[in-house]
Amino acid sequence: MDFSSIFEPDTLRMFAQAILVSLELTIISVVIGGLCAIPLAIMRVSRKRWLSLPVWLYTYIMRGTPMLIQVYLIYYGLAQLDIIQNNWDTVPLLKPFKDAFFCAVLAFTLNTCAYTTEMIAGAIRNTNHGEIEAARAMGMGNWQLMRRIVLPSALRRTLPAYSNEVIMMLQGTSLASTVPALTDITNVADRIRSEQYLVFEPYLTAGAIYMALTFTLVWLFKLAERRWLSYLQPRKG
Amino acid sequence: MEEYVFNVLAGAKLTLQVAGGSLVVAVVLGLLGATAKLSTNKPLNWLAALYSTIIRGIPELVWMLLLFYGGQMLLNKVLESVGYNDYVEINPLFAGIVTIGFIYGAYMTETFRGAIMAIPKGQSEAGYAFGMSRSRVFFRIVVPQMIRLALPSFTNNWLVLIKATALVSVIGLTDMTMLAKQASAATRSLTPLAPMLFYLLVAAIYLAITTVSLIVLKQLDKRYSMGVRKGEF
Repeated sequence: MDFSSIFEPDTLRMFAQAILVSLELTIISVVIGGLCAIPLAIMRVSRKRWLSLPVWLYTYIMRGTPMLIQVYLIYYGLAQLDIIQNNWDTVPLLKPFKDAFFCAVLAFTLNTCAYTTEMIAGAIRNTNHGEIEAARAMGMGNWQLMRRIVLPSALRRTLPAYSNEVIMMLQGTSLASTVPALTDITNVADRIRSEQYLVFEPYLTAGAIYMALTFTLVWLFKLAERRWLSYLQPRKG
Repeated sequence: MEEYVFNVLAGAKLTLQVAGGSLVVAVVLGLLGATAKLSTNKPLNWLAALYSTIIRGIPELVWMLLLFYGGQMLLNKVLESVGYNDYVEINPLFAGIVTIGFIYGAYMTETFRGAIMAIPKGQSEAGYAFGMSRSRVFFRIVVPQMIRLALPSFTNNWLVLIKATALVSVIGLTDMTMLAKQASAATRSLTPLAPMLFYLLVAAIYLAITTVSLIVLKQLDKRYSMGVRKGEF
């Protein structure tokens, strides 16, 4: 194996830019998806069927189909429809579909939002009954109860599961390489393979980068858990 | 138009083949991995730990490309060195099954490890006391009890595994994802909705597969939990 062609300045620069693209894809989708997941989770646990049913359907569909198909549906499907292509210069709402990056982010966001919604909804359902009773006894209304008691603790308890979801998303961004116009980490490795006929070197480099990013994320979440979840840590001797 | 739809539907067979094949590989690797993790042999422990770390740290797609192209190159290098000079191509179906099986073997390792650990030691000790061999104790005493404990996590892994099969289209297998891509390109002139249509069809098929799996596994769970008393509050 010969890694000298990987350590060329040009190749390294390509990888550096690709890391930024992958991180950008991850961060944007995780942040938007996570923020949308909170109201959706509240709807999901609602006792009103007309609120919870649509959210159930959404998470059921998104979690039951592969993310690759979702990316294809938006990039090769939605963005290739004549109705959209004919109008994206005039209708401002359709303009983003011209951009491969937007299509990928949209697919990733919809996907991660569905998984996160179910996670938060699960945590909300598991809230200790006594806490809710106490809040009611203090005279809190539904919204106040949600904002001050349920959400702060439910979001914290989601943290361990959520770290897995973020790592899954980081690795899921490798699917962006199947969309031609996007040069994420996997795409750069793919290019090096087809241009230089190298196989192990580019993919192992990409793998090492993903691994380093994954461990950084694991470490960051450990810090976050120590900050926000310390009251649930097992006590030491 | 209909022929393309039937074509995609026929592609579901390949998807199921890949899923079924990789499940077998994953379960075998998972059982081996769990035994390695639980053994008292240090090198085996490290090997199993390394296996689950590198699998979790690297995306499935990168693994697939690495094993498909890399395996191909390695095989040909090895064959060349023993004096066989024809270029050999790895069957993509085989490559897909091995890769997905290899990846989910790591997840199954954790599933089985947790389940084996949850079975009281006395159970297998009683088996040994009756003079059963190690493998007989494993298959007669441990495995039947383990299934119930492993099922919930196994269900999760299976659902993720099925969805991962969509990736094999990237290494050139004509599964339903690939067929949908071809069909949507071919029918563009026939209907303006062509680009969406076939992907929606594939999504619906995946949804059907995951739904059926959930129902079947739930029944299985009921069957294996027979006689188990749930905590009553």
